[in-house]
Amino acid sequence: MTSPAAQARTGTNGGSLAEGTGGRSAGRRPRAAGGRSRGRKLRVHAAQLAVFVVIFGGWQLFTSLKIVDPFFFGQPSGIVRTLVDWARHGTGFGSLWQQIWVTMEEAILGFLIGTAGGVLVGVLLGQVRFLSEVLSPYIKALNALPRIVLGALFVVVFGLGIESKVVLASFLVFFVVFFNAFQGVREVDGNLVNNARILGASRLQVVRNVVIPSAMTWIIASLHVAFGFAVIGAIVGEILGAQHGLGVVITNSQNNFETNGIFAGMIIITVIALVAEWLIGLLERRLLAWRPQTTTEASTL
Amino acid sequence: MRSNTPRDSQLAQSGRIELSGVTKRFQTPGGTSFTALRDVTMTVEPGEFCAVVGPSGCGKSTTLTMVAGLDRASEGTVSVGGEPVSGIGRGTSFMFQTDALLPWKTVLGNVAMGPLFRGVPKKNALADARDWLRMVGLAGFEDRHPHQLSGGMRKRVSLAAALINEPKILLMDEPFGALDVQTKAIMSNELLTLWDQSKPSVIFVTHDLEEAIALADKVVVMTAGPGTVKDVFAVDLPRPRGAVQEIRFGGGSPSCTTRSGSRCATR
Ligand SMILES: Nc1ncnc2c1ncn2[C@@H]1O[C@H](COP(=O)(O)OP(=O)(O)O)[C@@H](O)[C@H]1O
Ligand SMILES: [Mg+2]
Repeated sequence: MTSPAAQARTGTNGGSLAEGTGGRSAGRRPRAAGGRSRGRKLRVHAAQLAVFVVIFGGWQLFTSLKIVDPFFFGQPSGIVRTLVDWARHGTGFGSLWQQIWVTMEEAILGFLIGTAGGVLVGVLLGQVRFLSEVLSPYIKALNALPRIVLGALFVVVFGLGIESKVVLASFLVFFVVFFNAFQGVREVDGNLVNNARILGASRLQVVRNVVIPSAMTWIIASLHVAFGFAVIGAIVGEILGAQHGLGVVITNSQNNFETNGIFAGMIIITVIALVAEWLIGLLERRLLAWRPQTTTEASTL
Repeated sequence: MRSNTPRDSQLAQSGRIELSGVTKRFQTPGGTSFTALRDVTMTVEPGEFCAVVGPSGCGKSTTLTMVAGLDRASEGTVSVGGEPVSGIGRGTSFMFQTDALLPWKTVLGNVAMGPLFRGVPKKNALADARDWLRMVGLAGFEDRHPHQLSGGMRKRVSLAAALINEPKILLMDEPFGALDVQTKAIMSNELLTLWDQSKPSVIFVTHDLEEAIALADKVVVMTAGPGTVKDVFAVDLPRPRGAVQEIRFGGGSPSCTTRSGSRCATR
């Protein structure tokens, strides 16, 4: 039962690696090193820009020179044109904003429902050994189900509206959060629990004051990955059958051999995911503000 | 040793700790059983400060967990206030060997936990916690988090958190073991001062015989493999006893000097 947790943690590390270069750790260095680290930050940003120019410039150049066929590989200028066109004249399924909103709505609802369920069931099974032993094979089996097939089933059962996508997204999110919450609860320091019990805490008070805060590090680690999964659930659900959403726009581009359309959809989704990642980072810093800074610093490396 | 004030007789109702013929076995992963304690018998009178000394692994912590009701004896009985222990009791506080403060709560929040768990209104609990923090010398640190304190300060918070529940029994598992000598001496004195105010029965576990003699009315010496009580002796030194060093070098203290000196006080 530990592998998804490990997966989720790796995901976080990846996430904060991106932030780390943004200077979060640099800002905390002693003053003496301040000037040097600002210089370094600048160089990092310059290098990042250079990487961008090389990749997209090279892409544009090679496709313009027809060394690489723009029909199959798209072209940055064409992607930008597609994006502008969608923004101005809408997609074939309504305005671009509506498509984004539908996908976001599905992803956010799925994220919230899946997270709530994952935390609830994770804490419950982490606390009640009997329950976790009884349900363990079923959870493993559910987790092993192929998600795409499940998505197809949901579309049939819940229809072409947003419900089927919300259910699929919740399902994906649930397992990521569940395994982490469960593991987090299992790793609670028995000393802290005993101390609270001796101080007079009831079982529920122990859960509220010790177990959940202590598992919070694990739960939040899973949220970074979980939102990604929510977006995947929404998009895959849309691809499997829907009337609106970015997944539909992407499928349509695919059917018309519009590579630039697929890339444009990808870029929009990436931006959404980055914004969500940033928001979850904010939440993390708020909820885990009590942590000694050295721990946060270590995790950015 | 002490006069029989009404308060003392009141404590007699619930402050007495009695272990008789206590054996504790643990199941090892291999399926065999491991005897951590064998036939341990000891008594702590109400209001008595009892130190338990012994090498690491002789079952001192195990003894405390059974008195606290966190674990059960395999054989024999553990009773508190004449009643067999059957779970966590209301009148017991426990300072664990390792830090047990909640890192996500502030110092004030940590100390207020006990009363809050027991249903004291939040306002009163916080006011109480502030008082206790003042008594352990941590006024002004209410809003810090445990990781922002030194080891000695964290121990003070733990002490305040333990005492705020007004325990009849105070169990302390090598509370000052990780502190430097000076901090340890200061903390020991403060502990005695606070203990003197409400006189709970104390079991103070340590592996330092000198610390035991400096603090306790009675010292229980344990040996390992399996843990048994080797000796019990009373320390008949008047308080305040001053620093441990003074006792060692006979700074005005009559009977108990050095290790051999302690043996002469053995009954
Ligand atoms: N939960 C447990 N399971 C198995 N063995 C244990 C457990 N708790 C303690 N022991 C064993 O019992 C012995 C006494 O432990 P402990 O009471 O912690 O000693 P002390 O506090 O005197 O150092 C040790 O050998 C330890 O390994
Ligand atoms: Mg111990």
